Amino acid sequence: MEAKLHDRAPGDESSGDRRHRTLTGLQAYLIGLVLAVIFTATSFWAASTNLLWAPGIPIGLAVLAVAQMGIHLVFFLHITTGPDNTNNVLALAFGVLIVALVVAGSLWIMANLNANMMPAPELMNMQMQH
Amino acid sequence: MSAAAHAHGHGDHGVPPSTSADGPAPKRIIVAYGFWIFLLSDIIMFSALFATYAVLATATNGGPTGRQLFDYRNVAIETGCLLASSFTCGMMALAVDVENRLWTYVGAAVTFALGAIFLALELHEFADMIAQGATPQRSAFLSAFFTLVGCHGLHVSIGLLWLVVMMAQIWAKGFRDTILRRLLCFSLFWHALDIIWVAVFTIVYLMGGR
Repeated sequence: MEAKLHDRAPGDESSGDRRHRTLTGLQAYLIGLVLAVIFTATSFWAASTNLLWAPGIPIGLAVLAVAQMGIHLVFFLHITTGPDNTNNVLALAFGVLIVALVVAGSLWIMANLNANMMPAPELMNMQMQH
Repeated sequence: MSAAAHAHGHGDHGVPPSTSADGPAPKRIIVAYGFWIFLLSDIIMFSALFATYAVLATATNGGPTGRQLFDYRNVAIETGCLLASSFTCGMMALAVDVENRLWTYVGAAVTFALGAIFLALELHEFADMIAQGATPQRSAFLSAFFTLVGCHGLHVSIGLLWLVVMMAQIWAKGFRDTILRRLLCFSLFWHALDIIWVAVFTIVYLMGGR
């Protein structure tokens, strides 16, 4: 019995008898669907409305997207913080670290390159001469 | 503590040193964990494409911008289709869990149909853009756009093909252990594609179309 506590495959529902598993599984997918629809609808509304403060919208969209990814992970992929899920969460954490390094690192380096480059008109002239 | 338990198990029962105190994990867990690692590496590949897109999003070279090209309505329908197909894929997984063939086929058929609608809308959007002269060769922005969104679309196509193959396997072989493991991997793949699409519609369409 105790062996079951230690590991769970990513994507697997909780253990227990089949009927119970089906019901709790259905509940999780429904909660996930409702939350995902709310977040998606809010994102599309925020992007197309004039009512919000425009410079803040990209940050709001990013927050909504991250929240929705979390919803998908928990309710659709069943990646939870339970003790049987440690391996899956650790792999995910490493993935998130690499993604953050790749994206933030690229944007940082390229922004620096852009800032240190010569002004656009001169560059255009140089390209014309070739 | 785990080292002590391990040494104990090794001494008493001759368990190979590589296994934990509880013995090796079931194959279902090992297979799904391996596939989870693959999915994470796939997401890391996508992160490089996202970074490329974010860097080049304003490099339109005088060509059309995202604001002129993107149609929110179309993207909203695509998003709805993919989200609904993720849900029906979950329903299919529940049917597989109780080994109900009919509902497995129904879930798979709806999932396939919604995925196919998504793909059709995306291809239609691409064809529309190319007809307007917004080809991948036009600007760095468009190259990055077609690479990123096209790569996601390619993943969806592969997922649809995989789904058909899985249904053929259930039809021919029934709910064997190997097939149950493949179906678990397919569910993970399909849900992961929806997570990537959340990033695509937020970063490419909603932020880029403003």
